[in-house]
Amino acid sequence: MANISDFTLTKLVAGIKKKDFTSQEVTESFISSSEKSKKLNTYITKCFDEAISTAKNFDKKKNYKGLLAGVPIAVKDLFCTKNVKTTAGSKILHNFTPTYESTVTNNLWSQGSFLLGKLNCDEFAMGSSNETSFFGNVTNPFGDKLVPGGSSGGSASALAANLTPATIGTDTGGSIRQPASFTGTVGLKPTYGRCSRWGIVAFASSLDQAGPMTKNVEDCALLLQAMSGYDPKDSTSVDIKVDNYSSKLTDKAKGLKIGIPKEYRVENMPDAIDKLWKKGIDYLKDAGAIIKNISLPHTKYALPAYYIVAPAEASSNLARYDGVKYGHRSKGNNLFEMYENTRSEGFGDEVKRRILIGTYVLSSGYYDAYYLKAQKVRQLIKNDFDKAFNDIDAILTPSTPSAAFKMGDKKDDPVSMYLNDIFTVPINLAGLPAISVPAGYDKNDLPLGLQLIGKAFDEQTILNLSLAIEKRADFKRKFKVWWS
Amino acid sequence: MTEKKFDYLIKGEKGNWEVIIGLEVHAQVLSKSKLFSSSATKFGAEPNSQVSLVDSAFPGMLPVINQFCIEQSVKTGLGLKAKINLKSVFDRKNYFYADLPQGYQISQYKNPIVGEGEVILDMPYGTRKIGIERLHLEQDAGKSIHDMDPDNTFVDLNRSGVALMEIVSKPDLRSPDEVNAYIRKLRSIMRYLGTCDGNMQEGSLRADVNVSVRKIGEKKFGTRCEIKNVNSIKFMQMAIEYEAKRQVELLEGNKQIDQETRLYDTKKNTTRSMRSKEDAHDYRYFPDPDLLPLNLKQSLIDKLKKELPELPDEKKERFIKEHNLSSYEANILVSEKEISNYYEEVIKGCDKKLASNWIAGELFAVLNKKNLSISQSPVSAKNLSTLIKMITSGKISGKIAKNVFEKMQDNDKDPQQIVEKEGLTQQSDPKELEKIIYQVLSKNKDKVAQYKSGKEKLFGYFVGEVMKVSKGKANPQLVNEILKVKLK
Repeated sequence: MANISDFTLTKLVAGIKKKDFTSQEVTESFISSSEKSKKLNTYITKCFDEAISTAKNFDKKKNYKGLLAGVPIAVKDLFCTKNVKTTAGSKILHNFTPTYESTVTNNLWSQGSFLLGKLNCDEFAMGSSNETSFFGNVTNPFGDKLVPGGSSGGSASALAANLTPATIGTDTGGSIRQPASFTGTVGLKPTYGRCSRWGIVAFASSLDQAGPMTKNVEDCALLLQAMSGYDPKDSTSVDIKVDNYSSKLTDKAKGLKIGIPKEYRVENMPDAIDKLWKKGIDYLKDAGAIIKNISLPHTKYALPAYYIVAPAEASSNLARYDGVKYGHRSKGNNLFEMYENTRSEGFGDEVKRRILIGTYVLSSGYYDAYYLKAQKVRQLIKNDFDKAFNDIDAILTPSTPSAAFKMGDKKDDPVSMYLNDIFTVPINLAGLPAISVPAGYDKNDLPLGLQLIGKAFDEQTILNLSLAIEKRADFKRKFKVWWS
Repeated sequence: MTEKKFDYLIKGEKGNWEVIIGLEVHAQVLSKSKLFSSSATKFGAEPNSQVSLVDSAFPGMLPVINQFCIEQSVKTGLGLKAKINLKSVFDRKNYFYADLPQGYQISQYKNPIVGEGEVILDMPYGTRKIGIERLHLEQDAGKSIHDMDPDNTFVDLNRSGVALMEIVSKPDLRSPDEVNAYIRKLRSIMRYLGTCDGNMQEGSLRADVNVSVRKIGEKKFGTRCEIKNVNSIKFMQMAIEYEAKRQVELLEGNKQIDQETRLYDTKKNTTRSMRSKEDAHDYRYFPDPDLLPLNLKQSLIDKLKKELPELPDEKKERFIKEHNLSSYEANILVSEKEISNYYEEVIKGCDKKLASNWIAGELFAVLNKKNLSISQSPVSAKNLSTLIKMITSGKISGKIAKNVFEKMQDNDKDPQQIVEKEGLTQQSDPKELEKIIYQVLSKNKDKVAQYKSGKEKLFGYFVGEVMKVSKGKANPQLVNEILKVKLK
């Protein structure tokens, strides 16, 4: 029998239900591969003992119910997990243990899954390379010098290296799709409001959305279904019925109209990505789709608008980390000195940079020129998509302008780091669903992803189109297991 | 009553100055749970016993609007005859403080739930209309306690997240007396509505006072100072008085007023600078992305409007029209919801004017003497009503009634029982009265002769003797009538 940890989520659930193997065997297999993964640095907190005992209890049950019956899952350390340390990759929360469980993880557990561990990520999900984590860099299984992308870098690496059968991340400007693209995995950012944000450490409230990261599209449909749903505790979550994505999943794209936005053909884009995009078009044509050239004229303003809106919200969201109530506290001779010391020591450089930017753009005298203008731009970007979607069913673009880059390459150049999110950010601004599906390799054998953008709450169509690409691209994650 | 003229001016060395006052009243919404969480709001609970994860701003916690608080503020807006905004927005007001767990207060900045309205004041010099600029909803902060430990500050988050209505007046007030009347009226309206208990001691009603002065005749407003968080009407009045004089002195000394926030020192009766405009916080307001804009349905507003209780102004009009009361009397009766409730209970089946006299006269005298509020009245409305009915039916005289009323104060005794037990029923049987009168006149034949020879003043003497013999129970009117006939 092949190694259990190589199996997809769907296979594992089916195998457990058929009693081909037990939940305990599955759990032990992922624990064993995880134990050997120290060099990848994907885990911040391991919950292996608890996972084994949960698995044992699971195996004693007579009926295996739930979409994720018996399968352990490690999650990004941005989801609050009851009685399990939750750090958001930050020193300021290095000792924080919530007494509550996020709605999204709770949804997973109520489908029969349980927690394997908490995965590394950029500090407060701010980063595109997982180099901003207080707990150190995460390495991409595709190369010991490569970043896994970010901010859900630990999730992407752990998934690609078979340390977890699937995982969940959060995506504020590309934090699921970019690392998925860098690690040859599937990552989907749902429509804003599809998944509850309750219990997720907030970065930028109007952009944050949790989503599935999986080995293939079939798993993605399954996990999305398990985690989604309306939550009255999140006023921005939307009460729309969750589709049975798995049962409706099809690779047929007959008659579907796919838009190709000319604005995504950026300067200096590597040939490999251009070629991949063309291949994607061919795959979809082959599946019966109709290709249409479209224009999203305000695309070029998306990144600047994003880097105003997201830091603005972050500067306010992160004000609660002040050393008074929980988390790291530094000494000080008075309240404000304590604040200053706590936040100076507790936050890393990138987080500080964004708090400063955010504070600046919200300041009186600058608000209109920056924040208000960015919100107007955001509306124009939304309008672009709305208009485009009058004629088409989905949009196909590359996921990222490059493959995974080397650690340290962009660390000291925030703008070039931010440019990595150029294809993903507009989708968050518009609140739309988008998926990155692995579709090929660049000349260095590094994985590349294609992005499909859908209409609001039409995750099904982009899942179906991704499946069509997946089948035709026949992508296989190929790397040596160099870390164990 | 003669109408007084408005006369509140600050007399400076170089002429008279007018005082311009605007108030920002913070009224705690009467509700069981907080504005964005389900924690309780009871006053006086153990510190930090009414705090949820949302109130203490744990990571990943999100606010969910309390619909009841929305309805309470709409009702208040309707009570202020104000425009209700169908769309309003919650903003974050960002600042750091230990008792502000989120690092921001959720408030309404550019788009409040309630727009312009008005409050009518009855002043001795006539009616004054005070404009309301806006009413917005916001969260209260917690409480920092600095005096429990020499080195540490303690924080109580029970109040963190409690719903407040900030009611901002236009700069229409002109004297400490008007401020007094305004606060009382506002409080009264909200208590009629049941939207705020108005309890200033418990902090459910507090105000920031904006004060500026200008020369009589001047059109432009002067530079204002804001006096923060004054929590009693008396202190507000004293603070205004002090602040206005301070400003006049400065201006007459050719000095400038700095626009600043000042604190009122209750012990020294002075105000002192807290922070200048330059030091003012930059609150970095922006729409709270955790909350969608608040969209109200017109149907909800219509429904709440329909359910609105009769408010003091309308009640007063009705009392004047239907109960034949003077504006002065009606004002007293509607000034507090409890008083008008009491009055309306008393008048069930009895003379309204008399009821008004008894409440404003005898009852208030007792309440004042014993320092009680109307809800603590030793005489229930029902028993007072019975007493008044006994007067109008002639069962007892007004004089006896006052004695009975005194006895009623002991444990809210039933006046009927007192009257029966003590045999105080008024004698209105003419035959019985004639007997007494015959007795009195027979005893005083000499005085009768004097009366008949012109000493008419003696009439009162005869009445007094009759009352004495009847132990005060004789119906004085009848005694008068019969005596007149008998003495002819």
